[in-house]
Amino acid sequence: MHKEKISEDRKKYLRKILIKKFSVIATQICILILFILLWEILANKEIIDSFITSKPSEILETFINLSSNDLWLHLRVTCMETIIGFSVGILLGSFIAIMLWWSDFLSKVAEPFLVVLNSLPKVALGPIIIVWVGAGTKAIIVMAVAISLVVTVMEILNGFIETDKEKIKMAQTFNCSKLQLLTKIVIPANISTFINSLKINIGLSLVGVITGEFLVSKAGLGYLIVYGGQVFKLDLVMTGVIILALVSTVLYGSVLLLEKLILKSHKFGN
Amino acid sequence: MTPLIINKNILKIDKFIGGIVLKKILKLENISKIYQAKNGEVEALKNVSFDVKQGEIVSIIGPSGCGKSTLLSIITGLEEKSAGKLYIDGEESIGRTDKIGYMLQKDSLLEWRTIYKNVILGLEIKKIKTPENEEYAKELLRKYHLYEFKDKYPSQLSGGMRQRVALIRTLAIKPKILLLDEAFSALDYQTRISVTKDIYTILKNENVTVLMVTHDISESISMSDRVIVLTGRPATVKKIYNIEFDIKDKDPLKVRESPKFSSYFDSIWKELDVNA
Repeated sequence: MHKEKISEDRKKYLRKILIKKFSVIATQICILILFILLWEILANKEIIDSFITSKPSEILETFINLSSNDLWLHLRVTCMETIIGFSVGILLGSFIAIMLWWSDFLSKVAEPFLVVLNSLPKVALGPIIIVWVGAGTKAIIVMAVAISLVVTVMEILNGFIETDKEKIKMAQTFNCSKLQLLTKIVIPANISTFINSLKINIGLSLVGVITGEFLVSKAGLGYLIVYGGQVFKLDLVMTGVIILALVSTVLYGSVLLLEKLILKSHKFGN
Repeated sequence: MTPLIINKNILKIDKFIGGIVLKKILKLENISKIYQAKNGEVEALKNVSFDVKQGEIVSIIGPSGCGKSTLLSIITGLEEKSAGKLYIDGEESIGRTDKIGYMLQKDSLLEWRTIYKNVILGLEIKKIKTPENEEYAKELLRKYHLYEFKDKYPSQLSGGMRQRVALIRTLAIKPKILLLDEAFSALDYQTRISVTKDIYTILKNENVTVLMVTHDISESISMSDRVIVLTGRPATVKKIYNIEFDIKDKDPLKVRESPKFSSYFDSIWKELDVNA
């Protein structure tokens, strides 16, 4: 397409789209700035109690001080725990899903247990986990796995079961073995299922880690938030929450990046 | 030679045409199938017997749900027969066999594989991906004008092309006999007519022995040498028509215009109608 061939109407149309996109982003930024400004001003005028709500300038100050103190340690601990929990959850979950897909008998037997485990609030398992594996990093990782595992198993198993029956029959006409069916048809057909469970899992693992850190820990963002709450330093709590929001965004972003890489190497044509 | 050996040969040889021996590639003897279900037994096939000779195209036609696909599944060994004997290429066949190519209604091309990778899927599964077999697959692609698309993905091809790729995928394993299970019915009418012609050309060029199941009377007459009409459930062979046209270079499009075509159509139609 040549640039000079773009008609006036098309130019107008393109400009309209651009303006719309720009105005959405601008509004979002304005709301954020307005919110922070309002918060700061109201706290300064003592209309709201900054002891309870903290205020942006204090949060910023805490943030700067934290980086000279232990922020990196807390950040590293939480990220490490999340990534380990996430990886274990995905690997173990995929493995269990494959086993259940492989054996019809096994999946029938496991079904009611999975349903119950899925609806059980896993936080309730916290004390049991602590007693079993000890109050430490291990317990936090087990908590993260406990929260994400069942969802992973169910998500991947569902994908496997719903693999195009025609494709399976086609492979069977070539007398394929069960292992070949798995590696040549079922797994490649479920790449998007895997990616979806990665996306769900990264969030769930973070929930598990923070829950675990609330219960037992000497470091990590969850510890920071709970500690701040206990000593009534709301600026510390707020800072922790904001950093946590950033961390979860970055982790989710990395999964999206991974998705792009996987889809690129596993091309679906145009 | 002892009389015993002569007898054995007579079993295999069916007829002589111009001195060429036509071997029976497929032979069914009183095949029956009874399904066990919670609320009783369902008799799907009853004493089905027929044979298919080397290079022949034979179609099976019958009322819908009469067990045509069950028959093909039994021949491949995807399903077990309840009674009867099945011979493929002169040997009794029990269970799964490697001698059969099976083409389904949907092309089921794997969208994550290139056309070439799709074509050699059967070779990979059967662990016969030798340089010779790969060369044969490439040759088929070249011959039927698909070679230039070998690095494309299925979504980039038309429905007719995809169906041809699916056929080549099945032929690449060099089956003794090809089973077509309503292989064209997923296509729209126009594509279907032209694909029928393309596929007929490929089958005849490669001298493939074919047993096809269809519910389309015109398709069965235009493509096959014989048409086997089955009854409704439990299916059994009702009548076998030898389809002969006095046309050189038989072509599934040309024969549709022949007056004999409509007379075959009428009589098969009547056979089916009685059962409906």
